[in-house]
Amino acid sequence: MDILKVKNLKKIYHTKKDEVLAVDNFSFNLKKGEFVAIVGPSGCGKSTILSILCGLDKASDGLITMDSNLTFGYMLQGDNLFEWENIYKNCLLGLELQKKVNKKSKNYVDKLLSKYGLTEFKNAYPHNLSGGMRQRVSLIRTLATKPDILFLDEPFSALDPLTRLAVSDDVYKIIKEEKKSAIMVTHDLAEAISMADRIIVLSKRPSTIKNIYEIKLANKSTPINNRKDKEFSKYYDLIWKDIDYHV
Amino acid sequence: MFSEEHKRYLKSIKRNKFLVRFVQILIIVLLVVLWQLAADFNLINTFISSSPKAIVSTIISLYNDGSLFHHIWVTFYEVMASFALGTIIGILIATILWRFKFLAKVIDPYLTVLNSLPKVSLGPIIIIIAGAGTSSIILMALFISVIITIINVHQSFTNTDSNKIRLLESFKATRSQIFFKLVLPSNYNNIISVFKVNLSLTFIGVIMGEFLVSKAGVGYLIMYGSQVFNLNLVMTGIILLAIMASLMYYLILFIEKRLTK
Repeated sequence: MDILKVKNLKKIYHTKKDEVLAVDNFSFNLKKGEFVAIVGPSGCGKSTILSILCGLDKASDGLITMDSNLTFGYMLQGDNLFEWENIYKNCLLGLELQKKVNKKSKNYVDKLLSKYGLTEFKNAYPHNLSGGMRQRVSLIRTLATKPDILFLDEPFSALDPLTRLAVSDDVYKIIKEEKKSAIMVTHDLAEAISMADRIIVLSKRPSTIKNIYEIKLANKSTPINNRKDKEFSKYYDLIWKDIDYHV
Repeated sequence: MFSEEHKRYLKSIKRNKFLVRFVQILIIVLLVVLWQLAADFNLINTFISSSPKAIVSTIISLYNDGSLFHHIWVTFYEVMASFALGTIIGILIATILWRFKFLAKVIDPYLTVLNSLPKVSLGPIIIIIAGAGTSSIILMALFISVIITIINVHQSFTNTDSNKIRLLESFKATRSQIFFKLVLPSNYNNIISVFKVNLSLTFIGVIMGEFLVSKAGVGYLIMYGSQVFNLNLVMTGIILLAIMASLMYYLILFIEKRLTK
């Protein structure tokens, strides 16, 4: 079942000197429980698409169709934890802003904290936690408001490569476990193949869809294991050729 | 338990800290002793430079005629009143400017001009408007601190991490939620440094005001002393100011520790 339909999305940026066509003719549908990754050359407008989809930015043209009750969670670069609040308060942030803090929602946060090994850090402050744990807190904060779709805008790009691998594995498991749909923007092709069910490859600016790949690995498992799949490198070669990547 | 090496390391830190403090105190003691000796042996003209003993006896005589704490209290009251007003009004206006970007753009050149204007030049106007009394002094000190407070606080408010603002917006936060949840708490440290700057600016403003119009206060003591060529009184005033300023500075450090704990 498609929970989000995007048709002919277009975005023009206006500056004093110029107007720039950033995104053109972008259409795709997101299925319930699906994990879609968007890859493309840097500066091609990947993040623009996400901000439009979650309502932080306005499209110049196009049609986005979805259930009006659909809710979003947005994770952007870095964990953006509030250093002056403890872990528990950080997790409750979205609920507090939406005035949804009650027994039920608090129980849910407690459940998430214990499920993902953070209960004993409830009263700790972010600087006491490792990079991976911080990212988990950030994800719990997003999940606490029970969003139907998660938008991940290069959420791991501030992490060092090893932590990044472990954290993406972690986050993937949590997203699948909580049965969320997700759209992730990344510039890491291997990360995209290891996590996504489908990959949308964008062209250079103005970004249009070049290709959409269904990722069908022989033994689909967690991101770290997926990297060892025999189909993995085939997809890597295939998609790599498709990306206009110039250094 | 710590290893021997770690114990030595801790000891060396402690010793270093002690040495710094020791030398600091030694300098002030030496200065006072040398000053007094130079005065005793007529190496300096005590009529101009006064002497530690003369300052102490001036303080004692001020205490005995009951005016010491009166003068200190007047200056303290003026500093606290204008410091509180300057900080509160400054932060309030900075908040309004953060909220209304259009207004901030409009007012920007005026703030720049007001900031570079030597505020002492406003003295005569303030005295005419507010009268030759305490309110003039408070107003003058307020003028000196409020403009720079607005500029600094507004700047740090607008420099709030834009990713975190986007995060709050993705939770559909209102502007006031963004302010109270993120902008204000993330700028506590900046506001504390504004406190520190403000305190010294307020002192300058109050003493300047007391020079221009006053019947009491430490600035008045200094001014009066210089007019009657009683340099003992002038020096006493300066020493009192140094003590007051450092006490208030430590008060702010204490507040800082509590706020950023």
